[in-house]
Amino acid sequence: MEINTKEFKHCDMAIVKGRVDSATAPQFGKALETIIDRGVYKIVVDMSGLEYMSSAGFRALLATQRSCKRYNRGEVVLASVPERIREALELAGFTELFKLYGDPLEAVGSL
Amino acid sequence: MTLTFPTTFKILDDIRSFVGDQARQAGFNAKDIYSIQLATDEAASNVIEHAYGENPGEQFDVSCEFQNDRLVIILMDHGKTFEPSQVEEPNLNADLLERKIGGLGIYLMHKLMDEVRYESTPAGNRLTLIKRKG
Repeated sequence: MEINTKEFKHCDMAIVKGRVDSATAPQFGKALETIIDRGVYKIVVDMSGLEYMSSAGFRALLATQRSCKRYNRGEVVLASVPERIREALELAGFTELFKLYGDPLEAVGSL
Repeated sequence: MTLTFPTTFKILDDIRSFVGDQARQAGFNAKDIYSIQLATDEAASNVIEHAYGENPGEQFDVSCEFQNDRLVIILMDHGKTFEPSQVEEPNLNADLLERKIGGLGIYLMHKLMDEVRYESTPAGNRLTLIKRKG
């Protein structure tokens, strides 16, 4: 799994590639925490290069969403979510908790 | 076919490849293959985390076989007995602040597979996951 952060004017974009499971979820979570630690609460997670995500990854997303939405200071949105992962997010009830965008730049524009 | 794995998360890649290959050979479609891999990953993660408390020095077995019209995956571990009925199901209707994070893996397993069975046997804990084809 590879994760990179790109800074925009009003938000940060976390670009995650590869597979997020119990082995790599800590690294994924850490990268999201680092964004929040810098006082950025509007985050786009670009999933176009994501091949796989288990509940370990979902939990990291949820923890981040809770932090970002606290005090209404921001939110996490998901962009370019692959079909299989979108189906799993839906099964887990997560599609109600996150806005999904087709295009990452569209997501950036929405925040 | 049965493979033995150490109780560390980095083997999850290999477990997913193992069951994924078997599922592919058995002719499951892409969506089902992903479901099978995800369910097995969730099961194995729970074994590693809960049965052994993430102690990396232990081992557990994963067997995967296509029988008649179904793929049967069995995880055997010799760790702490697990009582799945004690795990609260996540409240999917709760809002963000209330929603419990725990139990998600087990919940997904049940949704993704056709049958999930836990048995505590003298030989160890046995978790069976079954996915019917088509």
